[in-house]
Amino acid sequence: MAADQLSLVFGALADPIRRAILTRLTEGDATVAELAAPFRVSQPAISRHLKVLEHAGLISRTRRATARLSHLDAEPLREVTTWLAGYQRFWDESHERLDELLAALQGDRNDKPDRDQAVRAKGTDHG
Amino acid sequence: MGKTQITAEPGMPQIIVTREFDAPRDLLFRAHTDPELLAQWLGPRDLTMTVDQYDVRDGGKWRYVSTDAAGNEYGFHGVFHGNPSPDGIVQTFEFEGWPGRVALDTVTLREREGRTLVRSVSSFQSVEDRDGMVASGMERGVRESDERLEELLAKLQAS
Repeated sequence: MAADQLSLVFGALADPIRRAILTRLTEGDATVAELAAPFRVSQPAISRHLKVLEHAGLISRTRRATARLSHLDAEPLREVTTWLAGYQRFWDESHERLDELLAALQGDRNDKPDRDQAVRAKGTDHG
Repeated sequence: MGKTQITAEPGMPQIIVTREFDAPRDLLFRAHTDPELLAQWLGPRDLTMTVDQYDVRDGGKWRYVSTDAAGNEYGFHGVFHGNPSPDGIVQTFEFEGWPGRVALDTVTLREREGRTLVRSVSSFQSVEDRDGMVASGMERGVRESDERLEELLAKLQAS
């Protein structure tokens, strides 16, 4: 996903009403009136939120008879979570290795018998 | 030990990474500034880290290269600002695959009852730089995305 689209998705998710709209759409397509019902905001305000979500690629809108239906497109959400998951993995794994190194160093310093064990674990644990 | 917490707020050109370690802060400081130690933990296990240069002093340069199994090399470099100490390590950070997108990293180490909280703040020049850096430089291990998506949707429903 291009960096600027990520910004659009993050921007769209930054608003609690827009998050609530997405949640509602996980249950199925809905009209503007249906989406506005739980909130103390006008339908035009909801329409503006829908435009932001549509621009971010999070929803698509279709016209059926006189009603305009909003539909959840979850793919950008998947990409956003993937984006953060990769970064999280990088640091999770680095920090696990640092835990092992610190344990080995402290065993070294205190001349503890578990030092060799810690070093061996570091060498073999390629999970 | 602890759990790595990453905060990347929408619209903010920053990433904050925090993690607690079961070791005194002097040792954490060594692990962050001794190139031999750094090479043993920074990055995923399937990448080889080679520290080219690590001149830990005010104005000192650093550079390391990460190599994957296919032989692809990813270089990073920067400069230390101020003399690094356990109170703070301040350095610039630049991915050589994306020149000019320089971030400023500040690492602080706080010890409490023999354990040390490491807090790293990376400030980018723009939100786009931050998002792009995370996407390009650290793009790894994405198989559990479906699980993460479910978690996110569950969170959306709870909020």
